[in-house]
Amino acid sequence: MGIYNFRGGVHPKGYKELSADKPLKEFLPSGELVFPVSQHVGKPAIPVVKRNDLVKVGQLIARADGFISSNIHSSVSGKVKAVEPRLNNAGVMVESIVIINDNEYTLAEGVGEKTDYTKLSAKEIIDKIKDAGVVGLGGAGFPTFVKMMPQKPEEIRWIVANGAECEPGITCDDRLMQEHPEEIVEGMKIVLQLFPTAKAVIAIETNKPAAIASMKKAIAGDNRFSVLELKVKYPQGGERNLVHAVTGQYMESASLPASLGCIVDNVATLAAIYKAVALNTPLYERGLTVTGDGAAQPANYIVKFGTLASEIIPDEGGLKPGTKKVLLGGPMMGMAIPNTDIPLEKRNNALTCYLEDEVEIAQGKLTNCIRCGKCIRVCPLGLYPQMMAEAIEKNNLQRFIDVHGLDCIQCGTCNFACPAKRPLTQLFKQGKPLAMALNRINQSKKEGSK
Amino acid sequence: MSGSTLLIITIILLAVVGLLVGVMLVFAGNKFAVEIDPKEAEVRACLPGNNCGACGYPGCDGLAAAIAKGEAPVNKCPVGGAPVAAQISEIMGVEAGAAEKHVAFVRCSGTCDKAKEKSVYVGIQTCSAAAAIPGKASKACQAGCLGFGECMTVCDFDAIHVVNGIAVVDRTKCVACGKCVATCPQHLIEIIPDKSTYGVACNSHESGKIVKQQCEAGCIGCRLCTRQCETGSISVENNVAHIDYETCTHCGKCAAKCPAKVIVNRTGKVEIAETA
Repeated sequence: MGIYNFRGGVHPKGYKELSADKPLKEFLPSGELVFPVSQHVGKPAIPVVKRNDLVKVGQLIARADGFISSNIHSSVSGKVKAVEPRLNNAGVMVESIVIINDNEYTLAEGVGEKTDYTKLSAKEIIDKIKDAGVVGLGGAGFPTFVKMMPQKPEEIRWIVANGAECEPGITCDDRLMQEHPEEIVEGMKIVLQLFPTAKAVIAIETNKPAAIASMKKAIAGDNRFSVLELKVKYPQGGERNLVHAVTGQYMESASLPASLGCIVDNVATLAAIYKAVALNTPLYERGLTVTGDGAAQPANYIVKFGTLASEIIPDEGGLKPGTKKVLLGGPMMGMAIPNTDIPLEKRNNALTCYLEDEVEIAQGKLTNCIRCGKCIRVCPLGLYPQMMAEAIEKNNLQRFIDVHGLDCIQCGTCNFACPAKRPLTQLFKQGKPLAMALNRINQSKKEGSK
Repeated sequence: MSGSTLLIITIILLAVVGLLVGVMLVFAGNKFAVEIDPKEAEVRACLPGNNCGACGYPGCDGLAAAIAKGEAPVNKCPVGGAPVAAQISEIMGVEAGAAEKHVAFVRCSGTCDKAKEKSVYVGIQTCSAAAAIPGKASKACQAGCLGFGECMTVCDFDAIHVVNGIAVVDRTKCVACGKCVATCPQHLIEIIPDKSTYGVACNSHESGKIVKQQCEAGCIGCRLCTRQCETGSISVENNVAHIDYETCTHCGKCAAKCPAKVIVNRTGKVEIAETA
């Protein structure tokens, strides 16, 4: 298979060299840990521990509420200090479980016990993934077990491991593929057990030759597996691009990868599936990259959920003096954090520290739209960002829906390309929830008139 | 035929055609005349003509028609207020009744010096953009005024301004058209009777402890005000006090006792707006 390319896209500077050669290192927190009950897409979990309870590593501390929700487990052993609202990484007060670490890391009963997954039924596997609180670790945090239950399981032809890691600066998936390729491959084998007729594809950008070599070595001898090399371009790791890469078909508006017979999961998610099913270990830690020109020591860590960002990047020694901004995630899609005293959770794959605030600089250069059409050329979905932005600025949500604004994946590509420095992505983030609400109202009206 | 004869014939022909058409138009005008209520035109002349829509009718023409038909009360126009209501009642020949003046009131007093900051916000400088972010803008409080002044831009009467980080209503200019109420993404503005002296200038539903951390001027839900009130017009729901403006006697006892000073004397606020 040749090197896959997609329409549109941009070429931001990689900055992978800052942390690419740093091996994954376990980060042990010393202070208290904070577990917000909402670390996933869907309904917040319900705390099942109370003040002064003793907890162990891997113990359930909040249980899923409803179908689209997820369990949360403790990442340390210690005592529950409080169950109270705390500031989460988006700057909102969220009900959180605060645990004081006893630094002993006593494992809860059954955690780490090996299971022969080949003897498990499909339902048992899905239940294990669900109980372990596995969610999409690429950044969205969608409960993974829901993805494993498509409406037509017999039509699933491809299991795609997303190892593109197209976001500049982030290298934790790259390191995972180099250091623990067997975890990813085993995880894929477990998913293949659910869909026996499917084939497994591991999609990696060509700027990670070591990861490609390592994955090729790990899959050698199994003809169900293949490695798909992708051109280095942003946003190569977008779900729609990967589906197009393996099937050759473009996904329809508002459809899921399952409509073209694909299940796309991040490589870290697949490793988490392996740990959940074969090792009985719930999801309580993940890879995280510390990078950016403001980071004193760029590194890749295995971070326990609940660790405060200030422990990883303390003002003294973690951040360079004069660091202005810290993003959770990469420079393209990351969200700025209000301060470093916020807990890290399932969806966070990087801390990008900046000496200068790029948004502030862009605001200084802001001019009117010059109708150059660059945003339209680079949009990976073929949308019209300029029209969408105009609709939001004029508060015309129906127009936003009409120009397919709801298909926007908020990748920031148009924003990156815009010579007038228009804040396009922020406008879409502002307009999308409102437009979705309008869509629901329109639909209920339609149903009502029938 | 010479040129002059042609000219004369043309003129005569045109004159005859013009006369015929004129006669026809007069006839049609009388035959198909639409009866216009003279009162409607008179009422329309009295109305201010802002076409703001605050009355709920499509512009001043719509309201004039409704008043002339007797469908709307004569004091329906909030912009014109009592003087316009008096003029219209004279035309319509009915009693104007006591048209109660209403004004907008912003339920936030978290000025720059009182509300604590949790971060720096450098994104799009509009309320709706900032309100769409989970953590809102720079203020620690999630429920308060964001201070980018979208209410100010929609106000047709120059009656609301951002002063020291929060929106402040100038009650002498406010006509309670409700445009700012509809615009505010934080749903902070309400329309209240102008006679009510006191209002609760806080919208935070957080518990007292968190409110204290976030803002010096936040309602902590202590219920001291409810104990002071003799008429039972004040209640605390969701950790924030509410005044029932119908029964409030404007005694000011609640405001005097309020430890966070969030029950404000609105008559004092206008002065701040004018001096700033």
